[in-house]
Amino acid sequence: MTATLTDLLQLARSLHDDLDLTQVSKWKAAKPGRKAVGHMPIYVPRELIHAAGMLPVGVVGGGDRLEIIRGDAYFQSYICRIPRSTIELALSGRLDVLDGMLFPSICDVIRNLSGMWRMLFPDRYVHYVDVPQNFDPAVGGQFWRRELETMRDDFARLSGHPVDDEDLRASIAVYNDNRAALRDLYRERSRRPWVFPLSEVYLLLRAGNVLPPEEHTQMLRAYLRQAPLDSSRREQDQSRVVLVGMFCEQPPHGLVVTLERAGCSAVDDDLLLGLRWLTRDVAVDGDPLSNLVDAYLTASASTASRYSPDGDRARWLLDSVKRNSAEGVVFCAPSFCDPALLDQPMLVAALDRAGIPHTEFKYAEDTGQFAVIREQAGTFSDSIRLWSTP
Amino acid sequence: MSDIQKEPSMLLQKRLLADHFDALARAPEEGKKVVYTFVPGNLNELVRSFDLLPVLPEINALQSGMRKLSGGYIAEAEKHGHSEDVCTYVKCDIGMLRKGNIGPTGKRLPKPDLLLLSYTGCFTFMKWFELLREEYDCPVAMLHVPYQADGRIDPHQRDYVVQQLRSEVIPKLEQVSGKKFDEERLRSMLRLSAKAEDDLVWVLESARNVPSPIDAYFGGVYYIGPIFSAFRGTPEGIEYYATLRREIEERVAKREGPITPDGQLENERYRLVVEGPPNWTSFREFWHMFYEEDAVVVASTYTKVGGLYDTGFRHDPDHPLETLADYCLGCYTNLGLPARVALLERYIRDYKADGLLINSVKSCNSFSVGQLLMLRELEQRTGVPGAFIESDLVDPRYFSAANIKNRIESYLQMLDQKRQSKVAS
Repeated sequence: MTATLTDLLQLARSLHDDLDLTQVSKWKAAKPGRKAVGHMPIYVPRELIHAAGMLPVGVVGGGDRLEIIRGDAYFQSYICRIPRSTIELALSGRLDVLDGMLFPSICDVIRNLSGMWRMLFPDRYVHYVDVPQNFDPAVGGQFWRRELETMRDDFARLSGHPVDDEDLRASIAVYNDNRAALRDLYRERSRRPWVFPLSEVYLLLRAGNVLPPEEHTQMLRAYLRQAPLDSSRREQDQSRVVLVGMFCEQPPHGLVVTLERAGCSAVDDDLLLGLRWLTRDVAVDGDPLSNLVDAYLTASASTASRYSPDGDRARWLLDSVKRNSAEGVVFCAPSFCDPALLDQPMLVAALDRAGIPHTEFKYAEDTGQFAVIREQAGTFSDSIRLWSTP
Repeated sequence: MSDIQKEPSMLLQKRLLADHFDALARAPEEGKKVVYTFVPGNLNELVRSFDLLPVLPEINALQSGMRKLSGGYIAEAEKHGHSEDVCTYVKCDIGMLRKGNIGPTGKRLPKPDLLLLSYTGCFTFMKWFELLREEYDCPVAMLHVPYQADGRIDPHQRDYVVQQLRSEVIPKLEQVSGKKFDEERLRSMLRLSAKAEDDLVWVLESARNVPSPIDAYFGGVYYIGPIFSAFRGTPEGIEYYATLRREIEERVAKREGPITPDGQLENERYRLVVEGPPNWTSFREFWHMFYEEDAVVVASTYTKVGGLYDTGFRHDPDHPLETLADYCLGCYTNLGLPARVALLERYIRDYKADGLLINSVKSCNSFSVGQLLMLRELEQRTGVPGAFIESDLVDPRYFSAANIKNRIESYLQMLDQKRQSKVAS
């Protein structure tokens, strides 16, 4: 392994572990007047924040390294973990570096969290990002364009930097580069998962939450170049699996490592899906807002929180299994995650019809005991290798 | 417990519902078409204007809860892989379907000819109908209603809903019914809606009287039954609310308290505002806990989930699609938390409440997330003490009668002490 690869992974790990968002503070301190806007999962049009000269910052809760002191007092026991740790981060001052916060329409929890934010932090910019569930350009498209216009104007006011079409085109190009690098990473990982193990890929994805997109793209490209040079990475006798359900509350890194140790090689996943929400480049020429609208309507990722008008909930999963030559699917959803858990029976039924093996378990971002998961995932992986392979 | 005292409006409602479920049971043989849809943001007038019959799965689920059937239905759904973590209305409905789809009156419910997915105030609705779509071979009309995060309706939100009504909902209703959209017929139904809404608001606001002639939560769920379900915009709805209003007018004139299953409440000691849905599996037992303490609920938010009328909204026949859009956008759980807090604050003040009780239900994140903060905020703003209990909609495993009773009694004792210390000072 080269020192550079080690450095890269160490940086990614330190960004993952940094609950105080020091990277964001440093970025802001580098130039007076800089501002940063946080956003919850899954999708927000980060291009608009970037075009206003601000840093988009993905906020995904506190993971397994944050002691919840005040956050639990705001939520009943049957609510998932991510809102309570996010509130904890905010009440402990760790999110003070953010000048605004966006809450996308993903579920009722994140939706209501937006209202809690307004009540707890009345002086901060808060916006609920209401993405359309109607994908007709003249209907949902028109609505989404108006939402984008509102955000563009809000961000211009917040940053003191008007957002013109050229700014936006430039930001779209920056994010196209980032999306292309992520697509390359996922493609290469699917080809050779032993070269790009999930435990590393996940850290690199997390870096995209806090790094400027230009730097994140460089990091991804460097990793794509350097990981294959490490001769110690050899093909292993592991099962190729697709991971489903982790698009919002994130698993602890230890869980990801556990899956690998249990013999599961992830060849596709929905971790931090917002970074890869748009599955193709956004057109750069022409009206940039129209291009963002078109990309949202026609090239969004399929996931539980997005309505599927065609009536085929599981097609994207079956496609992923086929495209990535996966041998099975691991459903790992956060406890109390309505979208993922309500989706699961439909996906399971489709896998059963297609004869694709699957297993299911739940986690929380602060899950600390992995023995049961390791046993279950290991048994699943073994069963695939022993019984499913011709 | 004694036999329930039934007023004419209750008997009328019972007959209306029985007739409706009979009509549903006969629908396949009579060639009538059926639309499944949800209570919040329901488009009853529009559906009825095509001579289609509505089925509301939440109503079936709550009826199953009240009839002690929901536990078995939920177990059935969980047996088929539905998580224990998710909404029990959904699981109750899926379980009921798997066990033959027998409705509240013991008759089989017809299959839907259309799933009208009104995505109002609750994300789970979308998943619910995606799940039902897997079971039925019928079209789905999706109506995405944006969220009032800022507590107001922006023109582009209204336009979005209206455009969906024009391009998605109405064409599918035309397709299923084989009839052309008749705007005049819709207008005439909306006129009836507004009249019934006037009477409903009068009834709900009668709780400003001391003593209150109604219980606006436990009794309230009966009062909203017809207008939140199949009877908004119908002559039967008008008749029900006129009858109800006359009854309450009489009670106000006689300074009588509300009728409860245990008889009339005669000595109002506590006036409460309640946030959150009721528990349905132990509904009567839950109500009894209030009755035996002489506690009356004078305002509730649950009675606003299918339409928020007491802030002035009425269906407007002059702008038929726009008014349907405003109705959908304005349902209680579609409001941002600050707007919900403002409404509750108004209720506490306007209805001279002694306390605020939140019944937080496990199944409903749309209601529940943020309620602890709402409680604190409202205590601060009004000085009225709050209490928090937890239960569920239709999962009997989550109703702990002893705990809830204990908490309610302790809370009311605390209100007493507060009163006494006020008098003493």
